[in-house]
Amino acid sequence: MKTNRSAFAVWGGAVLLAIAAAAQVPPVTLTRPASPAKAPDADGFIQRWLLLEPIGTTGLTDSAVQAAVKKEYFPNQFTVIPHDGEKVHVGEADLTWHAVDTRNYNVNLYHFAHALGKPTSDVLFWAVTIVNCPREMRGVRLAVGSNAASVWWLNGTEVIGIYGDRQTVIDDGVSKRLTLKQGPNIVRGAIINGGGATDFCARFLDQDDKPLKGYTASVEAK
Amino acid sequence: MKYALLAAILCLASIALALEGTIGIHDPSTVVLCNGKFYTYGTGGSSLVSDDGWTWRRGPALPRRGLAPDVIHLGDRYYVYVAANIGAQPRAAINLIWNKTLDPDSPDYKWEEGGVVASSDGVEDSNAIDPGVFLDPTDGRLWLTYGSYFGYIRLVELDPKTGKRVNPNDQPRNLAINCEASDMMYHDGWYYLLATHGSCCRGADSGYNIRMGRARKVTGPYMDAEGSDMIQGGGKLLIGSGGRVIGAGHFGLLDLGEGVQKFSMHWEADLDKGGTSVLDIRPLLWKDGWPVAGENLKEGTYEIESVRTGTALELAVEGVPVGGRRARGGRGGGATAPGAPAAPGGGRGMFAGTGEPIPAQEVAQVSLNWPAGNIDLRMANYLCQAQQKWAVTAVPNAGGYPGSPYFKITIAGTDRALAASADAELVVLPTFTGGPEQLWRFDQLADGSWRIMPKSVPNLKDALVLSAVGSSFATLARFDPASEKQRWLVKKP
Repeated sequence: MKTNRSAFAVWGGAVLLAIAAAAQVPPVTLTRPASPAKAPDADGFIQRWLLLEPIGTTGLTDSAVQAAVKKEYFPNQFTVIPHDGEKVHVGEADLTWHAVDTRNYNVNLYHFAHALGKPTSDVLFWAVTIVNCPREMRGVRLAVGSNAASVWWLNGTEVIGIYGDRQTVIDDGVSKRLTLKQGPNIVRGAIINGGGATDFCARFLDQDDKPLKGYTASVEAK
Repeated sequence: MKYALLAAILCLASIALALEGTIGIHDPSTVVLCNGKFYTYGTGGSSLVSDDGWTWRRGPALPRRGLAPDVIHLGDRYYVYVAANIGAQPRAAINLIWNKTLDPDSPDYKWEEGGVVASSDGVEDSNAIDPGVFLDPTDGRLWLTYGSYFGYIRLVELDPKTGKRVNPNDQPRNLAINCEASDMMYHDGWYYLLATHGSCCRGADSGYNIRMGRARKVTGPYMDAEGSDMIQGGGKLLIGSGGRVIGAGHFGLLDLGEGVQKFSMHWEADLDKGGTSVLDIRPLLWKDGWPVAGENLKEGTYEIESVRTGTALELAVEGVPVGGRRARGGRGGGATAPGAPAAPGGGRGMFAGTGEPIPAQEVAQVSLNWPAGNIDLRMANYLCQAQQKWAVTAVPNAGGYPGSPYFKITIAGTDRALAASADAELVVLPTFTGGPEQLWRFDQLADGSWRIMPKSVPNLKDALVLSAVGSSFATLARFDPASEKQRWLVKKP
């Protein structure tokens, strides 16, 4: 745990850059959160997430992805609000949750895994963020893009599934109309990659399909 | 026999649908709406009325039984212009009658005479019949065109407050020649004069066809797309005979708002109705600044593709590649498996295919693992798979809308039916049961794409339409004429 947290503590620093350069990884896009909460970017994309180190899996078809995400890897995986640095035991491995901010609209999971020396192909990433709403927001939609397949939950209810070998396109998968309750709302995603690049983006859309604003994302419940 | 059956199947695969009910009429006036009913009046006092624009019945006769009336609704009045010969042709006159309602059951139903608004003396180069009335949306001025073959199509100005001539002594302007049944409309800075060319009243031997020119001023000159002036016989074709209907005449614009335009007309002879002259209503499209006659949706099996995203509606089930799954290889091509046949032309490797035609996917085979109950709708790249092919079928006795009946939309080869759900979203039901949330309206839009909307949405009064939301999902939303989200291509798979 300490080792992994240390690795992320110097993200953006010389050690990581050296690793990245050696591995021909593009410029670092992920940083450690430096504030309690972060508003979505100008286009409404959520830029603060907790990411779990990748879990090995295979298959991108509807049934393979559904089977992969419904398998229990660690206790309370659909309800837990993880903490930065917390470990979970999956199979023979201890995997760590990492709090990250992305500089971009998307979260580059390849950068995330590669910088940790973790596999990037045939893997499943869990991603969690807490959306803090100052008031109830009705008729909104969660809109995601992912490379490759992904399944998403809001407050424990599955709201999006996009399958197959696909690239990240903004608003590729869009939920039905949802209600964000006042206070914390938990957005949880499972992104499964076959091979090559892997990333995701997520935002909420308002009733006019415009980017939703007026909330913050955090990795710690207020 | 096999080929005969194939031909029959192909015919069944795209059946044109004629209006329902009693639709026999000649020279119909522009279809107008009054108290929720559609009305049109024809030559000889005949009229048709419809509650929905799809199923028609005989309507009330006008007090003046003349030739080819036209109608316009202005303020609290319906102005009707009716022509009659007042001697041997071309001696004729056009009379105005008006009413506060077209509904004979209304207490306000009372026809008033407005007098003659145009005439021809039997010698001059005009035959004052076939009126067409037009309100200029740019300045509110009201115009009447008239004429029939003998000489010119003429234009006079009317008073929108009374329906009468602004100045009976004004000299009519000549706009076109050698045609009849003229009418006008305005679109995007242009005035359009539509008139019927060819011969009428000969059943299946009638050469009637609707042609048009356009001008920057209402007074012309009206030039066709080739630069020929309609006053010298020019005219770009809007619609002529086709399929099982012959002789198109008497254009009338039916503007349903939000960019949805249709037009009324008659066919001189519907071969499927024994050669009767019948009413028709068709979509009006626009291309390169010219109206184009669209076609009402035909029954058939279709891919339904979002204009916005290019992805196709599908049942949210795991697809099976047509011809079975293949392992992905590198783009450089791989070695042909030992013993694998060469493709036609001798090709080998991963891009060579099987060497045999791959049959269409059988829904009965791939649907075995589909869930039995409700299934979500989503969108995906079209891959010719069974869950992406939709049978669009008219529903008998379910009513309709101007020009078309309501349709059910089912996965081809199944009874799984697309429906609006109570949360204003979409669902595919295991069985079509005929509810209004399962009945769908298809209106062709100006660019040829389609607006698709349920007859009603459970627990909602608002009219919502099928709308893309993101690349891979669809929902119901208010129609926005400026957006591509609610435009759909209906393609033959």
